[in-house]
Amino acid sequence: MPFKDIKKEAIAQWEATQNSPNPRILLGMGTCGIAAGAGDILEALKLELEKAGIQAEIIQVGCIGLCYAEPLMEVVKPGMPSVFYGNQQPELIPDIVQDYLVGNNPRPDLALGTRGENTLEGVPQLFELPVLKPQVRIALRNCGNIDPTSIHQYIANGGYQGLINALKIKPQEVIDEVKSSGLRGRGGAGFPTGIKWQFCHDAPGKTKYIICNADEGDPGAFMDRALLEGDPHAVLEGFLIGAYAIGASEGYIYIRAEYPLAIHRLKVALQQMRECGLLGERIMDSSFKFDIKIKEGAGAFVCGEETAMIASIEGNRGMPRPRPPFPAQSGLWGKPTNINNVETWANVSAILQRGADWYAGYGTEKSKGTKTFSLVGKVERTGLIEVPMGITLREIIYGIGGGVAEGKDFKAVQTGGPSGGCLPASLLDTPVDYESLTAAGAIMGSGGMVVMDDSTCMVDVARYFLTFTQVESCGKCIMCRLGTKQMLDILEDITSGRGKDGDIELLLELGGAVKDGSLCALGGTSPNPVLTTIRYFREEYEAHISERYCPALSCKSLVTYRIDPEKCKGCGICARACPAAAIQGGKREVHVIDQSQCTRCGTCLNVCPPKFGAVTVASGKPAGILSETVVAGEKV
Amino acid sequence: MEISQPTKTPEIVREQKEILLSQIDEILELYRGEKSELIPVLQEVQQRLGYLPEVGLKQIARYIGVPESTVFGVATFYAQFKLVPTGRNIIRVCRGTGCYVRGATRILEALESVLGIKAGETTPDLEYTLETVACFGSCALAPVVVVNDRVYGRMTAEKVKKIIACKEEA
Repeated sequence: MPFKDIKKEAIAQWEATQNSPNPRILLGMGTCGIAAGAGDILEALKLELEKAGIQAEIIQVGCIGLCYAEPLMEVVKPGMPSVFYGNQQPELIPDIVQDYLVGNNPRPDLALGTRGENTLEGVPQLFELPVLKPQVRIALRNCGNIDPTSIHQYIANGGYQGLINALKIKPQEVIDEVKSSGLRGRGGAGFPTGIKWQFCHDAPGKTKYIICNADEGDPGAFMDRALLEGDPHAVLEGFLIGAYAIGASEGYIYIRAEYPLAIHRLKVALQQMRECGLLGERIMDSSFKFDIKIKEGAGAFVCGEETAMIASIEGNRGMPRPRPPFPAQSGLWGKPTNINNVETWANVSAILQRGADWYAGYGTEKSKGTKTFSLVGKVERTGLIEVPMGITLREIIYGIGGGVAEGKDFKAVQTGGPSGGCLPASLLDTPVDYESLTAAGAIMGSGGMVVMDDSTCMVDVARYFLTFTQVESCGKCIMCRLGTKQMLDILEDITSGRGKDGDIELLLELGGAVKDGSLCALGGTSPNPVLTTIRYFREEYEAHISERYCPALSCKSLVTYRIDPEKCKGCGICARACPAAAIQGGKREVHVIDQSQCTRCGTCLNVCPPKFGAVTVASGKPAGILSETVVAGEKV
Repeated sequence: MEISQPTKTPEIVREQKEILLSQIDEILELYRGEKSELIPVLQEVQQRLGYLPEVGLKQIARYIGVPESTVFGVATFYAQFKLVPTGRNIIRVCRGTGCYVRGATRILEALESVLGIKAGETTPDLEYTLETVACFGSCALAPVVVVNDRVYGRMTAEKVKKIIACKEEA
């Protein structure tokens, strides 16, 4: 069937669904939604709808990004407001079905927001909420709105129009369009996409390859997963456009095996593309031919690096090699190869659908368009967000994220994962663009944004990231393999109370050497978390070293838990909860922690009823040598 | 008194080895034997058998046409591959940044104490393997624990203990 007819049919189907007299329920079924219990909601919905005899369509959609409110569902009832209900529990489903679908009460008390023309008094419009208002959704345009397993719904919403537009013009014109959009690689480094394509396009040779990097390895980042789960065709359309522009007829999607749902959605999408004539020979009746293979990663962070990824696809250990030659000249099996990240591809399809000028209208002078972030850690509203470049960190964390969780104090925000850095409160007004973040010592990275409060120890965070890079180092370059190990040893000493004068200087020296002495970005950027925490939180390092004091009260070797005899009511909750059986004391007697048994897990602090607040934690030399003067068994 | 299991006779060992080899042969038949198929082959073997038995690596090397050292090199490079059998239930604790700042360490410690094993180990009855992974990408629901294929979000030490207790009852 010609694509024109497929599109006509897709639009007719979409309109039939939109104008159906039956209600529709859109349920967020990304990995996050499922982890939060969306599967139970789905079962409860099916059961209740059947019991009530309601004809309603349940559409499983991707993530709209409001992870803090998962499981999240939208109930669309014709002629009535479309209502989003967040933090759903199976117990609430019968009420919503009875009150809103059988009856006409949309239950504003349970609603998070509404969408569309019909509004509900006392309930805000969802996209006017502070969490969504500053966002601009380009890469995530369809996530949460369409069924990701339906190519027809994608097509009905303008999908594959970008490919049609691209095939009408010459490959060079497509590259020019991408160049003038100002799009830069969203994998982290920010190299201009159009220029990268030009290199590969200009490279001699008939056989060329194109790769989609879906090996999202940064801990704390899940943008690409959510995008592939929620709107795989947006990525695949961009991928096809890139293949046409470069002159590649074979493409690989390198995706990590830890994302089974995303892999499944991709496989479904590829099958549908084949059925619609979007893969194989003569795509859309042009001379363009292209096919895609999926390669599952086997768990190696370094494979996110281009040359390591190529080695892995070829069946080797994923170890980077020196450049030049760049993959654009000699990549997969020695042929010119172009690699872009998932989010970059999703932007490409939008640019070809709506034009470079439209896209360049967002963002700053040097960083155009939008960027997705996974906003996580100690922030009130965790989620997947997409913001125009140039927005400040403060607007993201306090506006969209609603500030630090549990009303605590902000300490740092970490961007760029193990390659990035921790920025302090004084830099919260830094605009989010490639140059500003790099100047501050962090990087844009692929989009992980982790908020930390005053209970997070910055030395321990540096140690955490270095543990990660040290394990993930492929071992090829000596400075990365052994330098990171040395740095990690020093950080372990500092966090366990064995820090010495001169450690900070040694870390700085080693950090510089690891940066210079590593071939790829994994090693070259691995000292960043250490260097930025020393730059902005040096006093925390010094406190650990000279006073054996952990200001965040988190380094176990430097803290002591204690029960205040004045406040202890002898309820025994802490003694029962203590996994090390280190708390002594009978009923209605003052309890005492045996410091020689205590593993400093903090369970007693968590379980002591707030009205007593008898357990305290302290750090520093005085607390470390606290002598227990209270004898177990003393009556309360 | 507990009776220890009788040691396996050489016949049983040989028989088990042959079963393994024939299972791997079945898998290899699905592939053409090209170098680029090495990782997919290892993934398939691990998927079916739960680990990569040493005898199988030799067989795979011959089929793909590369030295055994290459197969061993690849099998030990990637975190996904295991050279020893894993437990029937695989519990994976996410150590991503989001989970880390929200207390993943405490959850790992709780699991280690309940199961009596350290991360990376398997219980002697082959019931549980405890692993850590770099990141599951479910950071917004941190801390996250994955038991087999089920993702559990917003975990606490108490909740993971309950999950294990439920498994034990079942």
